[in-house]
Amino acid sequence: MKSFKSMVYPYIIWSTILIIIPMLMIAGYAFTVKGNSVLTFRFTLDNFKSFFVDSVFINVLKRSLYIAVITTILCILLGYPAAYIIANLAREKNKVMMVLFITFPTWINMLVRTYAWLGILQDNGLINTILQTVGLPALKLIHTDFAVILGMVYNFIPFMILQIYTSLTKMDKSYLEAAQDLGASKLQSFLRITLPLSLPGIISGITLVFLPAVSSFFIPKLLGGGQYVLIGNVIENEFLIAGNWNFGSAISLIMAITIIFFMWLTKKADRDPSGEGGV
Amino acid sequence: MKNKTPLLNRIYIAIMLLFLYFPIIYTVVFSFNSTRSLSMFGGFSLKWYQKMLKDSSMVNAIFYTILVAVIATAVSTIAGTITAIGLSGSRKVLRGVINQVNNLPILNPDIVTGIGLLMFFSTLAIKKGLATLLLAHIMFCIPYVILSIMPKIRTLPPNLADAAMDLGATPVQALLKVIVPQIMPGIISGALISFTMSFDDFVISYFVTGNGVNNISIVVYSMSKRVNPSINALSTVIIVIITVGLLMANILPIIKEKRRKTK
Repeated sequence: MKSFKSMVYPYIIWSTILIIIPMLMIAGYAFTVKGNSVLTFRFTLDNFKSFFVDSVFINVLKRSLYIAVITTILCILLGYPAAYIIANLAREKNKVMMVLFITFPTWINMLVRTYAWLGILQDNGLINTILQTVGLPALKLIHTDFAVILGMVYNFIPFMILQIYTSLTKMDKSYLEAAQDLGASKLQSFLRITLPLSLPGIISGITLVFLPAVSSFFIPKLLGGGQYVLIGNVIENEFLIAGNWNFGSAISLIMAITIIFFMWLTKKADRDPSGEGGV
Repeated sequence: MKNKTPLLNRIYIAIMLLFLYFPIIYTVVFSFNSTRSLSMFGGFSLKWYQKMLKDSSMVNAIFYTILVAVIATAVSTIAGTITAIGLSGSRKVLRGVINQVNNLPILNPDIVTGIGLLMFFSTLAIKKGLATLLLAHIMFCIPYVILSIMPKIRTLPPNLADAAMDLGATPVQALLKVIVPQIMPGIISGALISFTMSFDDFVISYFVTGNGVNNISIVVYSMSKRVNPSINALSTVIIVIITVGLLMANILPIIKEKRRKTK
């Protein structure tokens, strides 16, 4: 196919302009003074300083990480059994069907699906109306951490289930038979064979859940309310309302680095021999 | 191993599916509600659909969403196919670099991609609107097209194109009549991914559009501050479009296969 290699050249130009330059601009603005044009480049760390000096921003970052970690843990705890059950269905046809059923909602617009929860969770929404008809006191659901975490788990859990399911189906079943022959209990063979072998699936599931959970800004806005601020909302605000590109870029960089750090931690935990070590 | 799935497992899966589908069903049901209430079904009515059709911002949003998705899919599928074929012949280093660059929009949080493009377009004084929206969508769709075509190209015999040309095919003929048909499944799945990525995108569109050009997601976001059941009607339209599209994508190949077998 050597004769067609020049066909890649237009894309080199395209991706340089529309992918690389915008990314470089984020770095450029993060390290420069506000009001400067690209031509009069003046280096500064002030944008980062104002983030770390102001406890408001640190607390927002902490809260974003807290919400994202809880979401990720819930996705693993609730998603693993589902993936495990589907992977162990007797008929291949049923497996394919179930996977289709699990993934189908993800094809529908996230905003539309998140908006639906607004009507369900509202003070006079579906859940509270049902509670009151049965004679139970109404619950404060909307505009709480619970609502935000629910919205995130709802949106991201199919990705986790899918990743774990894939790693479970790739697993060589003869390991389990060998373990059983050697007298391992069901629990033992799950803990020492199935779980470690599905770890790569969990890890890639974490990437697909944690990353959008940290940076999400419409789920907290819709389900957490206008006062509910996560790091994504701060970035949105800096760009679309405050118009401070320099500070907004710095926050984006801090967020990106935090995400990379967390992903590195996860990967490291995966390689750690104490974690029973994946194969 | 097991022939029967235990009852407890069935219940667990049922609850999981209920959790995933309940909001979707709720939206569809309440889009036909005759009252404003989000919790009491007052009777069947189409008034929210009428309201939606009278609301020009909603109608425009449906139009722009479909327009952008169709154009972005067409352009990125063609560009992605050309690039993927070119990449298969280029040096390993270049392939590695392009893959890394393509990973940027895939792995970056959407908000980062969005603000990068926002600053880029604003700096060049490109007016935000349909053009910027299209450029952005084509930008984030091409990497997915390349990703879904590359594995197919790798399975082709490396001298396939040369063989065709030795037999007298022009390079264009070799491409269109030999290579492209062989990698068609990859091209189709790339187009499908592009369409849904574009159709569903909110975050990147939200940052790069302007001038009254909004897609469905942006309209839902900006209207969601107040209770507005027309949003349920709009949502139902999207749910129907995506459902029909996915059913076609999943059922058509089966029907084709069956016809081929009966012939």
